[in-house]
Amino acid sequence: MIMDMADPNAGHQQMDEVFTDNELVHLVRNALKSIVLGDGKSYHDLIGVMHQKGPMSPDEVAMLVTCLKALSGAASSIDLTHHQALLSTIFSMSMWNYVPEIMDAIIDLVISMAASNGKYVDPCLSMLIRNFTPPYSFLRMMKQPRGLSIKEQVLSRVHSALEGISRLVPLAPMVLLTLIVQRMPRQNDNEDVLLMYVENMFRLESGSIGHLVGSTMFVAVVDRMIDLDLDIAWEDILQDDAGKGIFQLELDEINEIDDEIENDGNEPLGAQMNRMGVVGNAIAEKLDSLLALTFGHLESCKEQGRLNEVFGTLLNSFQTTVLTAYKSKFAQFVMFYACALDPEDCGVIFARTLLDIFVCNDYPPMTRMSAVAYLASYLARGKFISTDFVVEILRRLVDWCMDYCKIQNGDTNPELHRSFYSGCQAIMYVLCFRMRSLVHIPGFKSQLSRMPLESILKHRLDPLRVCLPSVVEEFLRQAKAAHLFTVSKTFVFDNLPESELSRTFGGLERLDMFFPFDPCLLKKSDRFVRPNYIFWSTVQTSFEDEDVSDQDDDEEGTHDGAMTIGDQDGFDIDEFDNALNKMSITPKNFKWGGDMQPLARMPSKLRPSTSPGSF
Amino acid sequence: MEGLKVSDANLMVCVHPSMSRRVSQAVLHQLSSLLFKFNESFDGVVLAYDVGFVDEAAKILPGILPYFGVKLKAKMLLFSPKPNMLIEGKVVKLTQEFLHVIVLGFASAIITREDIREEFAYKTKNGNGVYRSENQKHHTLKVGTMIRFMVKSMDEEILHIYGTLLKDNTGSISWLDNESTGGPITDRSKKRSSENHGMTEQQAIKDIRHADDQLKKAKKRRTVEQP
Repeated sequence: MIMDMADPNAGHQQMDEVFTDNELVHLVRNALKSIVLGDGKSYHDLIGVMHQKGPMSPDEVAMLVTCLKALSGAASSIDLTHHQALLSTIFSMSMWNYVPEIMDAIIDLVISMAASNGKYVDPCLSMLIRNFTPPYSFLRMMKQPRGLSIKEQVLSRVHSALEGISRLVPLAPMVLLTLIVQRMPRQNDNEDVLLMYVENMFRLESGSIGHLVGSTMFVAVVDRMIDLDLDIAWEDILQDDAGKGIFQLELDEINEIDDEIENDGNEPLGAQMNRMGVVGNAIAEKLDSLLALTFGHLESCKEQGRLNEVFGTLLNSFQTTVLTAYKSKFAQFVMFYACALDPEDCGVIFARTLLDIFVCNDYPPMTRMSAVAYLASYLARGKFISTDFVVEILRRLVDWCMDYCKIQNGDTNPELHRSFYSGCQAIMYVLCFRMRSLVHIPGFKSQLSRMPLESILKHRLDPLRVCLPSVVEEFLRQAKAAHLFTVSKTFVFDNLPESELSRTFGGLERLDMFFPFDPCLLKKSDRFVRPNYIFWSTVQTSFEDEDVSDQDDDEEGTHDGAMTIGDQDGFDIDEFDNALNKMSITPKNFKWGGDMQPLARMPSKLRPSTSPGSF
Repeated sequence: MEGLKVSDANLMVCVHPSMSRRVSQAVLHQLSSLLFKFNESFDGVVLAYDVGFVDEAAKILPGILPYFGVKLKAKMLLFSPKPNMLIEGKVVKLTQEFLHVIVLGFASAIITREDIREEFAYKTKNGNGVYRSENQKHHTLKVGTMIRFMVKSMDEEILHIYGTLLKDNTGSISWLDNESTGGPITDRSKKRSSENHGMTEQQAIKDIRHADDQLKKAKKRRTVEQP
């Protein structure tokens, strides 16, 4: 009977005969039984129908749909042992190859099979997961409208099938979780496949079984980000020592978004991060796209009012994976962006958690130092963080350092007191960025003077000598200019950004030079991060010299201008660049690098530029 | 409903040294990993537990890492359906070929057409499938009905139950209970259908107490290894 039905020549005549659904199911059931008894003809005909691929005529489509529907009805008769060929045919079907009617029939069959026999739950879910992404031949079409419409047809059905199976088999999500994580594309796989898979994971997260599988989805995505992150070598990013001129580095960053990267080899050491290494790096691009996708999803979570719960998962994942990873480069921006979306709750929780880790003795020193490095970089860079909150955290840090100092009798010992030095460096680093804005707050100066900051910095443990010189220098300069306090002895660092002592306290991992929220070098992600980010160049720096302070009034306007532009959300990058070009931001006593060459695009009002084109 | 039992168990949970400040949390975490999985030692699926510490002190176990063993006394609620037991569940999908049922909200059960007695005929009503008894018009099975069925077998690995509705004491619970009490159908069925969900749980609790009385003296010594 099935053979006749399958025979295209006999097609028309047979099709005129109306078979009821019951009869069709009965036919199929007989075919399934007969193979067990040794007569496989109908059975193999059935498989033959299901193997049809490529463009199909309406009759062929109808035939396949009919067979699939009949199989749905006979699902309980499909046996794991005797019907291997049929099972492998069903489970290898890719919905991307078929028209919507066939897609619907496949879905019904898969749901029926999963419901009829618990042993099929695993392969049914695996088959649906495999349909998250199209066959390779399809990938090119994904950018075109037709490809996109097929994608929506397939994925909407796949997800409704997953939800359907979860309704019928309540423990299915438990199995689904494991399978999804197991089958997630690795860091070396095709970028489009990875992104599409993650898109599906996010779709599950925001779907009806999201409360069951959502947190695992996020954890898996962050894990994959870290995998990609760790695959990007630091050598790909930096030409030279990262520490050199850390405050100066970004001055060149901003102008380079779409400009050619000039690298004439005469650049002062460390003055320019080599983005060429990152731009050409396939892994970096993959991470970039993945981050951008995640940011987009976080935005939609925020719109749906779910960001707080999602943040809880992200924070746990951060503590487990990102915080403990060796110097994560960009993956941490997920936290930054999530905090930017909700500064009052998420933003505050993040900082407090990091601080709690730092002050808690239960954690190993590496983790604590890493946490305070994250905290310092976060407070320095987060434009959305209120100054009151910065002061609150600083106060707690200072209190901790003070308590530490009180119980110490010994001398400088960078290795022994590494947590202390990292805490002091964190305070100084944050103040480098926030000093100017904090000083404007009435009463801050008196608050600061009530904080025992000076006594900590001048303590026997001598943090000013041990901490990273570039940070210490900048901090002292600003502190002096703001009339906070002065140090009697001068620190001679020989213009070196790091010292023997800072290397010692930083350890092998160089946590003394770890500033995790330094500008994001990934293009797509940076567009999300930028409006919420404080760049060093927009920070108003206090000036050292008296001469300079005389000219403060002249520059006041331009500085305010810079600040205003920096404060606008979604400001135009070109406009910003132009404004930057016009204003003076270089201090007169330029200590870092020595060579004015990289600053040619940002002329100083105080010192005439040698480059004619910069105005 | 049969298949539910309460067992007393003496357990020892091995706790990792890093959790030494949060022992309760560690113990509960370990015990919760047993939930909704078939456990051979207990011979059933663990549904719930009530645990108490035996001793404030715990023995440090020999080994590479100094785990320490915390002794506990627990009452475990177990689900262990055996063939020919009568259990209850809610119909979630109904086709001409089978009935799909969910038991206690987590286990799925299937009853194929061959295992549904002849008196039930499949009909379509308002586009939805329904099994209606040809002998008793009011005895219908549709999506949402709570039914009582007999266990044929259970796949312990994936907690999938195969059931039958062949015996006369199986079918829609509301109808069966009406029949046994002989009360007026209309009021009772309305009341019961609204309390169906609650009824199953109350019934389960009664069965638990009954099982508890019977099994009170059956103490099992169990050791649970921390992975």
